[in-house]
Amino acid sequence: MGRKAEYSEKQKKGPGRKARKQGPPTFPKKSFAPLEEEDKKLTHRQKQRMVKREQKKVVQKAKLKEKRAQQPQQRKQKKYNSDSEPEEEEKATQQAESSDEEVPQLVPIKKQKSNGVAQKKQQQPKKPVSDEEPEDDEDEDESDEELEEDSDDQEELDGEEEETEDLYEDDMEEEVSDDDDEAQVGKLDDLFADDDEDDEEAASEDDASSDDEDEDGSDDDDDENDDKLPIEQANKKLKKRLAKEAKEADEEMQMTVDQSEVFQLPEPGEELDAEMSLQDVQQRIKDITQVLTDFAKYRQEGRSRSEYVDQLRRDLCLYYSYNEFLMEKLMDIFKLSDLLEYLEASEVARPLTIRTNSLKTRRRDLAGALINRGVNLDPLGKWTNVGLVIFNSTVPLGATPEYLAGHYMIQGASSMLPVIALAPQENERVLDMCSAPGGKGSHIAAVMKNTGVLFANDSNRDRIKAVVANFHRLGIVNAIVSCEDATKFRNIMTGFDRVLLDAPCTGTGVVSKDPSVKTTKSEIDVQRCYNLQRKLLLTAIDCVDAKSSTGGYIVYSTCSVLPEENEWVVDYALKKRNVKLVPLGIDFGEPGFTKFRQHRYHPSLNLSKRFYPHTNNMDGFYVAKLKKFSNTIPITKEEQEADEKQLDDAIAADEPESNKATDNEEEKVEVEGTEGEPDAPRKLLGKRAGKPILTDVEQDLKKKKLEQSKTKYVAKVFEKPVKVPKKPKPENPAAQENATNGKKSEKQSKNVEQTEKSAKGPKKTKAENSTPAVQESTTNGKKSEKQSKKPVNEDKSSKPAAQQATPNGKKSEKQSKQSPQQAESKNNGQSPNKKAPPQKPASKLSEKLAKAKRVDVDDVPLLEGKPIKKQNNLKNKSKQIGQLKKSKPNAGKKQKFKK
Amino acid sequence: MKRLTEERTKVLFEKLAKYIGTNVQQLIDRPDGTYCFREHKDRVYYVSERILKLSECFSYKQIVCVGTCFGKFSKTNKLKFHITALYYLAPYAQYKVWVKPSFEQQYLYGNHIPKSGLGRITENAGQYQGVVVFSMNDLALGFGVLARSTTECKTADPLTTVCFHQSDIGEYIRAEDSLF
Repeated sequence: MGRKAEYSEKQKKGPGRKARKQGPPTFPKKSFAPLEEEDKKLTHRQKQRMVKREQKKVVQKAKLKEKRAQQPQQRKQKKYNSDSEPEEEEKATQQAESSDEEVPQLVPIKKQKSNGVAQKKQQQPKKPVSDEEPEDDEDEDESDEELEEDSDDQEELDGEEEETEDLYEDDMEEEVSDDDDEAQVGKLDDLFADDDEDDEEAASEDDASSDDEDEDGSDDDDDENDDKLPIEQANKKLKKRLAKEAKEADEEMQMTVDQSEVFQLPEPGEELDAEMSLQDVQQRIKDITQVLTDFAKYRQEGRSRSEYVDQLRRDLCLYYSYNEFLMEKLMDIFKLSDLLEYLEASEVARPLTIRTNSLKTRRRDLAGALINRGVNLDPLGKWTNVGLVIFNSTVPLGATPEYLAGHYMIQGASSMLPVIALAPQENERVLDMCSAPGGKGSHIAAVMKNTGVLFANDSNRDRIKAVVANFHRLGIVNAIVSCEDATKFRNIMTGFDRVLLDAPCTGTGVVSKDPSVKTTKSEIDVQRCYNLQRKLLLTAIDCVDAKSSTGGYIVYSTCSVLPEENEWVVDYALKKRNVKLVPLGIDFGEPGFTKFRQHRYHPSLNLSKRFYPHTNNMDGFYVAKLKKFSNTIPITKEEQEADEKQLDDAIAADEPESNKATDNEEEKVEVEGTEGEPDAPRKLLGKRAGKPILTDVEQDLKKKKLEQSKTKYVAKVFEKPVKVPKKPKPENPAAQENATNGKKSEKQSKNVEQTEKSAKGPKKTKAENSTPAVQESTTNGKKSEKQSKKPVNEDKSSKPAAQQATPNGKKSEKQSKQSPQQAESKNNGQSPNKKAPPQKPASKLSEKLAKAKRVDVDDVPLLEGKPIKKQNNLKNKSKQIGQLKKSKPNAGKKQKFKK
Repeated sequence: MKRLTEERTKVLFEKLAKYIGTNVQQLIDRPDGTYCFREHKDRVYYVSERILKLSECFSYKQIVCVGTCFGKFSKTNKLKFHITALYYLAPYAQYKVWVKPSFEQQYLYGNHIPKSGLGRITENAGQYQGVVVFSMNDLALGFGVLARSTTECKTADPLTTVCFHQSDIGEYIRAEDSLF
């Protein structure tokens, strides 16, 4: 099942276990050298053989011609030799003798040759001896041919062997060509060829590298033996041919290189993707990768790098089924070679690892017990003394008696890192802020040996059960398990020695566990996560006591690889609190980023660590360890601090539901404002203060002042404008939400409706319009809580329903944005004056609205009554947010300008 | 977290005594600080006083668990021990039953122990005595009550139940939702 983390360690061998262990995973290294596929297809030896085969054919042809030409001569000689011939065919030794007789010059060599083993042994030293060489050549050729023809049959082999002999004799002794033919057919089933012959064959094959030498040697024969000339000629021909072929091969290779060099990026217009297979996509990924490695060399004229990158991203998205957003992020994080490795590694499941519960057993004992149950395991690594990696198991690991007795916990290797980094000491007070399902928490308790106090908190009541169960199973008795909102923990208790914050994240590092991450995460998810993470981290820091004699540490970890959720969050905390980064005490992993695209993080962030599937064979993970050196909060304006936190809080809390909706509303409002009623948004803002008799110019000025003062500090809080990417296309988010969350979109649409109504409100006669809208919103329940709050303040008398809703709405109230304001403002203006009938169907209302005569907003009288102070505050906040959203780009500019 | 009523305290200690006899004393007088029993949403928790104090920061609703849960009181004031109590029952148990490896898995699925599954048994245990069940390699698996006294066990035929199952560690998986 799993694979080892350490590649260096050798696999152990032993009885019973580890027999079927997988080797260490190898990831294909992407080479950026020009692909030499032709080279790869044939091995050196294979190519040599191929060449020889060709050579052989030519030689044979030449020989045949030669023989036919010389036949008359041969006849005579044949008669002369005739006695020897049958003998040869019967036995190798005999043959040797006969050849001795026939060709005196060759006697000694011939003997060696035919003597099999002895000859083979002598072959190497004899090479310089010229006479033998052609023989050898032929043998080799022949055997090659045999191999080629897949003639496994021993007899056939023998026959062919003999053929070689015959051929040799043809040349040397000028035999009749008939014999040759016979031999070639392999009809001669003589038994003379024994094992020695075969060995010789093999030997000659092995000798292939010495061919050239042989050929050279044969040249020397020219003078001595005229008979050999034809062979020589053939040899020369062959050499030519060889050279030619080599040349051709080279050209071909060059061609292929050229082809890949001239990789054509598909035109932006053409849609070939439909027809492409995955292989094609993969090929294209390879091609583009190659192009991008040496862009100047391989690029296609007139195509920009970004075009290639875009195409690559699309292809990678298609091939690995990521969504574009995540792939873009990943491409920013990893360099090209790493990216492919990362993606590949993310497809493969990480090895299953377990953590020994040191409270109940020792790793060795546990390993023994599990091995007895048929589990193949090994220690995880040198960095941990409790981890075990499971290769395979015959029993379900989550249900062995050992598991149930709490001897181990199934836990990813990466999950042990934060606790190792935290290094809790005995008798400390430690907080695990987001503890479910209790893996890291129980690890902390185990490290503390059940002394001190462990606070395990998780805001999810369903998941908290798992924490309790695991703690009991693992025998942890010093824990307090609570179900609080972690962001409020500082109100409950502070003064911890250490805090572990394993923050909720998008999970982009654990794609192999949960592939849905690849497609479901979007910008907004990341935003939501990092806002929450910032909030949590600040809380975590606040909870720690800097004066703790042993501690004062915070460990922040996520299972995400995105810098937004990691370095950026820590960087934010560095600015906001008196903390510094300290080394983790883990000696592997990549250092954290100090810069990422346009961001420049604190240089000490390289002390944090990143862990990747392709380098560490564990889930993608990020761990940072902070030391709090002072309990004071560095930010001078404490109130602002509080405010910004509230904002942060609101964003984090409300984003899942209302933020998007309100955001959208806001945009809608903007759009409307630009279309029909240019004054509408401003109006709203002006009304907020409840100061009615200001001229337009005055209002404008005031508003701008407010905006400036607020946006300035807001911009400080959020380094990145929260909603910027959504601004340009207001329709998009709505669509997204529709796709992702039905409920949300519903709410949203309702909200939109409301805004529309409220926007149109003033056009109507003041009587009925706006109040029903508000009422609707209140009856709609939670989603409109923010709205409901305001009505309460204004028209207490008229709507008890709204009042009832308010207590719940307090939290999200701050978040309320423009549209509620709008609605409210209309209420301000109208509802108290005229008490509308409490219930009106929405459809009727809208009809009426449609029919209603248009009235300019400016004409609508504003509410003159003094607003309640509380409400004012709330409105202030909501307005801040609204303004923040609307004017962010401006704010940024202004800031720059000022600086 | 509130103190147990007089009545419930009595029930609790009676129940405890069933399994660990006089060792109840050791749960109360501990060398490493004061430990006490507390009740929270009808469940009985056993926890160090030091930790208990810290837990008072949390509101009634938000606190989920402090220390070790021993069991739960029923509406009729009967106490049912949860498997989580095993952590303290096992080391102090006076009467023990060991099951054969072949029966281990069966026991973990909630079956009573027949004579055939019985590996060892403490001497002199009477009928209906609370016992802690161990595997042959001394892994605490759960607890139950003897259906037969030790002497009866020896003469019983292989299929008769010798120990009633009350709780086993398989419940961590089987009954996670209902336990906590």
